[in-house]
Amino acid sequence: MFSALPAIEVRDVVKSFGDARALDGVSVRIKENEFFTLLGPSGCGKTTLLRLIAGFDYPTSGEICLHGKDIAGMPPFARPVNTVFQNYALFPHMTVAQNIGFGLEMQGKPRSEIAARVDQMLALVRMETLRSRRTSQLSGGQQQRVALARALAPQPRVLLLDEPLSALDYKLRKEMQGELKRLQTETGITFIFVTHDQEEALTMSDRIAVMSGGRILQVGNPRDIYDNPQERFVADFIGEVNFLAGQVIGIDGRTARVRLAAGGEVVAGLPEGATPVGRATVIVRPEHAELRGPTEQADLRGRLEQVVYFGTDTHLHVRLADQSEFVLRQQNSPRGTADLQPGAEVAIAFKPGAARVLKD
Amino acid sequence: MARPHSVRHQRGFTFIALMCFFLLYLPMATMVVFAFNAGSTVGQLDGFSLRWFRTALANDQIIEALLRSLTIAPIAAFFATVAATMAALATTRTAPYRGMALKVAFINQPLMVPEIVTAVALLVVFSRVKVWTGYTGLGYIIAAHTAFCIPFAFLPIRARLETMDLSLETAAADLYARPWSVFRRITLPLLWPGILAGFMLAFVVSLDDVVITEFIKSAGQETLPTYMLGQLRRNVTPEMNAISTLFLAVSVIVVSLFFLLSRKKT
Ligand SMILES: Nc1ncnc2c1ncn2[C@@H]1O[C@H](COP(=O)(O)OP(=O)(O)O)[C@@H](O)[C@H]1O
Ligand SMILES: [Mg+2]
Repeated sequence: MFSALPAIEVRDVVKSFGDARALDGVSVRIKENEFFTLLGPSGCGKTTLLRLIAGFDYPTSGEICLHGKDIAGMPPFARPVNTVFQNYALFPHMTVAQNIGFGLEMQGKPRSEIAARVDQMLALVRMETLRSRRTSQLSGGQQQRVALARALAPQPRVLLLDEPLSALDYKLRKEMQGELKRLQTETGITFIFVTHDQEEALTMSDRIAVMSGGRILQVGNPRDIYDNPQERFVADFIGEVNFLAGQVIGIDGRTARVRLAAGGEVVAGLPEGATPVGRATVIVRPEHAELRGPTEQADLRGRLEQVVYFGTDTHLHVRLADQSEFVLRQQNSPRGTADLQPGAEVAIAFKPGAARVLKD
Repeated sequence: MARPHSVRHQRGFTFIALMCFFLLYLPMATMVVFAFNAGSTVGQLDGFSLRWFRTALANDQIIEALLRSLTIAPIAAFFATVAATMAALATTRTAPYRGMALKVAFINQPLMVPEIVTAVALLVVFSRVKVWTGYTGLGYIIAAHTAFCIPFAFLPIRARLETMDLSLETAAADLYARPWSVFRRITLPLLWPGILAGFMLAFVVSLDDVVITEFIKSAGQETLPTYMLGQLRRNVTPEMNAISTLFLAVSVIVVSLFFLLSRKKT
């Protein structure tokens, strides 16, 4: 119905608190039905952006559109957008059912409709038996479910979730990740999910926006963000990565030939919309490189310094010619590689497409 | 000593604590005992009797003064509580701004200024107003009581608001509640114990006031405390012990009731 228009469009939004800019020119389009994640370290402006979308605060400049309509000046109670708060913010003087029905009641829905919808929501989050409980008598995971049900009950166009899982312990968190994904698919509501946990972002999202210092650095699907980070911050923040200093010596379409400071030349993919000249940084993920014998054809050579066993895989730390360190990750198999000893001369080969040039 | 440091192990602590209890409660106990004294002298016990309670309650002047006190206190406490609630909301539900500390200081002013100063100031103003308007009713006392009761109501309400999670109100607004609904459905119910405490405090403070009331009351406007003061100036009668004991009983009941009520709320 609205598929042509983005669910939320943020255009050049700046939010200043005094002299400090919490958001410094943010633009992003979030599609209908999307599970969209804002990922970034603490203090990068994720909560501020959510608060602007919810209407709890107003942008210093810029526009926020909901299905193409500018909502920048609209108060929160008029926006078809609901929030799941980081601390849940459940009403302590109401029961679970009253909490869930609150939004519908405020919308002036008839009693019978509210009752039916509350039942439906309780079933959706599997809390039927706890409907008459006070929220103070619930566990963290249960409170989380009530907060979700309360925000979903009025069937908002967009649901905002501010680090909803960060207060839960590991096991419950894994469980709720699946639950959230299921709820999003079942309800078809656009989710804007905030987290500082890269693994959470990668496993749950349709698309991820990586934020830092009040800006969005890169938007893309999890694969894209992980495999093709455009900037040093993005590459470093998500997963582990090796940075190799080098010099661009030739460009061929979307790839560049780079002479590495550690010796040798590699062909590396170029970032979108940039053709670097001169000094450049090449990145390779630890699991995108393989160990070779010292006599074999390879991209890098060095001395094995450390072998760290991690159960599922083994991390190999190699000292390169320019004294930088390169880490490889090898999947373990029952017949382990027993002959790897620190001090050995080794060669490293990159898997096809593994090497990428960064913008900065 | 294996136990962690505690003020209870401070030398002399027990002694000081006991002294405080004695100073506070021994006079009251004495008063209560003498209220039930059969004799008519203060200083000698002559057996148990309720005669002074009977005498006190048969005294029309006492009843009249009591009723007047019980008219003034709830009205003044009500207005003071409403004003204090609004003031507390205005000083906690906004981002801190320049001059907010000054405003709080203004609200708390009656706690700092000597009561006698306020009393004289009010006397000067009210005596003019009485001449201009011709009105000489209880309104003056109620207005004055309202004013000096506000800080007493303000303190517990503000304390309660400060511990209240602001995100609850944000969450309500997010769930389509307009500002008035947010206040009525979220803020007010959660604030209720604070408001009740503020009202009780204001009520007791108004009921108890002597200095300001004594200065601004018109002829024939004795409240119970000013009546008692007037009587004591002439002679100390066991009747006063009986009234004070009743006063004490009422305040203990009121405070206990409040305590039970507020515990049930939270
Ligand atoms: N109300 C505020 N007043 C002043 N500074 C604020 C306020 N809210 C956020 N900030 C600042 O804006 C920046 C971004 O904050 P926030 O959006 O909460 O980050 P995140 O949610 O990503 O951790 C931080 O530096 C924070 O200190
Ligand atoms: Mg945050």
